[in-house]
Amino acid sequence: MHDRAVAHVKSPPAGTLAGVSLDIWRRLAIAGALAVALAVPFAAKNFFIFQMTLAIIYAIAILGLNLLTGFNGQFSLGHSAFYALGAYTAAIMMEHGGLGYYWTLPAAGMVCFVAGFLFGLPALRLEGIYLALATFALAVAMPQILKSTPLEPWTGGVQGIVIIKPDAPFGLPLNSDQWLYFLSLAVALVLYACAVNLVGSRTGRAMIAIRDHPIAASAMGINVSLYKSLTFGVSALYTGVAGALGAVAISFVAPDSFTFVLAIGLFVGLVVGGVGSIPGTLFGGLFVLFVPNIAEHISKGLAGAAYGVILMLIIYAMPSGAAGLCRLIIGKFVRHGR
Amino acid sequence: MELLLHQVLAGLATGGIYACMALAVVMIYQAIDHLNFAQGEMAMFSTFIAWQLLQWGVPYWAAFVLTIAISFLAGVVIERTVFKPIHKAPVLTHVVMFIALFAIINSAAGFIWDFTIKSVPSPFGTQPLFGQRLISAHDAGMIAVTLVLLVLLYLFFRHTRVGLAMRAAAANPDSARLAGIRVGWMVALGWGMAAAVGSVAGMLIAPVVFLEPNMMLSILLYGFAAAVVGGLTSPGGAVFGGFAVGVVENLAGTFIPYVGRELKLSIALFIIVAVLIVKPSGLFGRRVVTRV
Amino acid sequence: MLSRRLLMATAAAGLVAVATPAAAQKKYDTGASDTEIKIGNINPYSGPASAYGLIGRTIGAYFKKVNDDGGINGRKINYISYDDGYSPPKAVEQARKLVESDEVLLIFQSLGTPSNTAIHKYMNAKKVPQLFVATGATKWGDPKSFPWTMGWQPNYQSEGRIYAQYLLKNHPQGKVAILYQNDDYGKDYVKGLKDGLGGKIKIVAEAPYEPADPTVDSQIISLKASGADVFFNVTTPKFAAQAIKKMHEIGWKPVHLLNNVSNSVGSVLKPAGFEAAKGILSTGYIKDATDPTWKDDAGLKEWAAFMDKYFPEGDKTSSFTVYGYTVAQTLVQVLKQCGDDLTRANVMKQAASLKDFAPPMLLPGIKINTSSTDFYPIEQMQMQRFTGERWELFGPIISGEVGS
Repeated sequence: MHDRAVAHVKSPPAGTLAGVSLDIWRRLAIAGALAVALAVPFAAKNFFIFQMTLAIIYAIAILGLNLLTGFNGQFSLGHSAFYALGAYTAAIMMEHGGLGYYWTLPAAGMVCFVAGFLFGLPALRLEGIYLALATFALAVAMPQILKSTPLEPWTGGVQGIVIIKPDAPFGLPLNSDQWLYFLSLAVALVLYACAVNLVGSRTGRAMIAIRDHPIAASAMGINVSLYKSLTFGVSALYTGVAGALGAVAISFVAPDSFTFVLAIGLFVGLVVGGVGSIPGTLFGGLFVLFVPNIAEHISKGLAGAAYGVILMLIIYAMPSGAAGLCRLIIGKFVRHGR
Repeated sequence: MELLLHQVLAGLATGGIYACMALAVVMIYQAIDHLNFAQGEMAMFSTFIAWQLLQWGVPYWAAFVLTIAISFLAGVVIERTVFKPIHKAPVLTHVVMFIALFAIINSAAGFIWDFTIKSVPSPFGTQPLFGQRLISAHDAGMIAVTLVLLVLLYLFFRHTRVGLAMRAAAANPDSARLAGIRVGWMVALGWGMAAAVGSVAGMLIAPVVFLEPNMMLSILLYGFAAAVVGGLTSPGGAVFGGFAVGVVENLAGTFIPYVGRELKLSIALFIIVAVLIVKPSGLFGRRVVTRV
Repeated sequence: MLSRRLLMATAAAGLVAVATPAAAQKKYDTGASDTEIKIGNINPYSGPASAYGLIGRTIGAYFKKVNDDGGINGRKINYISYDDGYSPPKAVEQARKLVESDEVLLIFQSLGTPSNTAIHKYMNAKKVPQLFVATGATKWGDPKSFPWTMGWQPNYQSEGRIYAQYLLKNHPQGKVAILYQNDDYGKDYVKGLKDGLGGKIKIVAEAPYEPADPTVDSQIISLKASGADVFFNVTTPKFAAQAIKKMHEIGWKPVHLLNNVSNSVGSVLKPAGFEAAKGILSTGYIKDATDPTWKDDAGLKEWAAFMDKYFPEGDKTSSFTVYGYTVAQTLVQVLKQCGDDLTRANVMKQAASLKDFAPPMLLPGIKINTSSTDFYPIEQMQMQRFTGERWELFGPIISGEVGS
């Protein structure tokens, strides 16, 4: 079942392109992307900077989901719940604790790590479609729990919490949109670097081994239960940090912001970006943010249908996501070393 | 005590809705080994077709049969055109395609038939059954039809050549192909039958909840929940699951103090997850043993 | 062609505009020019709340009619409407797009309490009008703290109070049961009723439902079992129809107060069954296009002609098309009053100086009035009783108390 369930992650292809080794190309691509990312806030309108901030935030959330699904083979259709948990942690700390927004990011991460780990324990018993449904149930239940009467003193019930948008600190000559963009970018860089290291580490190999063959992994002495729960925790941590950033960027949290539609959006972003690809999550983030806008541009009355058609076409064009397509294209031009 | 009885009966009536949908869910799972997230929308669209036929003056039972036939064909066509090209793609890709299909059907129905609710007549009438006020004739009829469907599906999968071939094609496509089964067409047939069962469910559900494009949004979730509780491989389990979910949800909503009323759905979902943790393949499902 | 009635109404209000000195010279803010007025809008065109998208599309169709008729003081309306899928984060993005990228003069009829709450602060910080928002929450009429935001429809709390007054007068010994949607809309109604009752009438049972619930059967059974003889029904159309039908099935016949949101004859009471709906009480402020009472009404005919010509694919049985048509007329009135001073400040000033404006699809006698301290345009409603086929208005036109 498992080999059918998840697309394989191929190790980066070795070889040369135009006489230069792929590794150098990769470094060039990263440097180029980073240069563009740093230039955006000085070349674009505030509104576009804001959109890019959101895209980065969604990309982080999708990265969290990818660590779980792409590298550990556990489905989740419920990551909106962890996103919400992170967002509310941030909002409540700022509103009721009077704490600065920068404190909320690590706090949201920790809260979500614990929540994810705890959810991961019972989830160990569930596989494939059953786990997908259990997590989807979590996504559906989350808005109701957030607005329930017992929690209302903290969550503000259906009205949510309005928070103050932060200005740039230390007298930096940036407006709040530019500052939030750089903050999100910096957080993203740290989290992406951690993810790359994690996946390449001994732990990461254990995660992937569990995905590919849980029984063999267990026979090799890997503590499958522990690793699966920990992965769930780390995945929730990433998504929770994204949620906290999202709450600060939007300056408002409400139960309606975190319905199952968000969970599905993150999931779609994961698949179109490429399951098991770390750079692919960036494409996923952009997709989540921009494709609905394109869809409604095509037709107001049929905005949903336009979105569906675009999604279908993308899947036909690149069945293993943007990352898969890139690999395919590079593969055509590369001269293999061996 | 009277309240308890009323709530249990109302739960059974609502549970009939879930059971009906859960049967369609099991049907498609047997045929393609996936859960079709667009299934509810397909059923909703079928119901709109039935409604349109009735508006055009077609007699009820003719419209009923015609809708089932149209839905069956539509199911086959969707499989052949949309899903055949990606039948080798991983599960997650399929799920995204289901989501795309969901968005398209939902949006198209709203565009064609608007969002105002439509009343769909019941073939059994809405008068109370036998003069008592506990359960209506329609509720009873719906439960009866669900049980009949269950028996038919059971016989189909257990005792007909096509049914067995279909199960083989879903469970082990490669071996099935070697045994001379045309796996591709079995899958298409499964889609058609699931769409047909879904259309029956839609036509029975609509008189209770009223027809509109978002009619199936939550019912599908309950249908999934019911199918999962009962076991995705067991039509009987799915029907039982439907009734169980309906009753449990009503009782939780009515009798759990303080949070019960607000968190009715959450509590029902929690119970389902708890059942799964104890019995990971549902109450009546088969445990799939993986070969090392 | 504008109707004679609308012309009369606008002529009356036009006097105000002429009296404004700023009308003399041309003044523009971003989004307005000699030829064009850019108006932004946010509606859910996709997702589970897409039914409301009809309002945004009706408004668009009406502005097309206005442009075909020569525009407003010679300027054409450029209407830019975006989809937020009823998601607050998306609403923030779209509002910023409208203000910063499309550079609209104002945002009109953004829909939903959560979405409007999300952009509330932003719009006021940017000093861009957030005009006639499509929600009945009370917080949109707070000119002191939020001078750039204004509601339009009667707010939910006022309506709740109207029912309370009715009960205090006619059923002082009643026992009330409430079914409400578990969100801001439902809770506002319940608060209005409770405030109005002031504890003098006992509420014996309250049952919330989620918009995601398939049916409200279970809630109705519990409410009936509570022994209540008054039922306050705070539900959206689908659930209202379900509740009415279920009550009829189980033979529960309390005094039935149905919220205005769901009192459409064609899209709620007819599907639920006229027999079951007989005797229901509600309040109204807008004409119901599906109610035979207005069959020969001039305003209704005009609306129907507009729908046929400019929005033939729109749903005539839905109250949303009447709503969108009327609210769009209100904005046109404001812009007319602005004359050649199309600054954001003047738009708000004129929006706050509507005097006895009566669009043809409001119930007879109901008028729109605003002032610099009164940001609640429609505050009047009238109670009505369903006779089994049509609504019958009764009692005086009542003004809501919240915010006036």
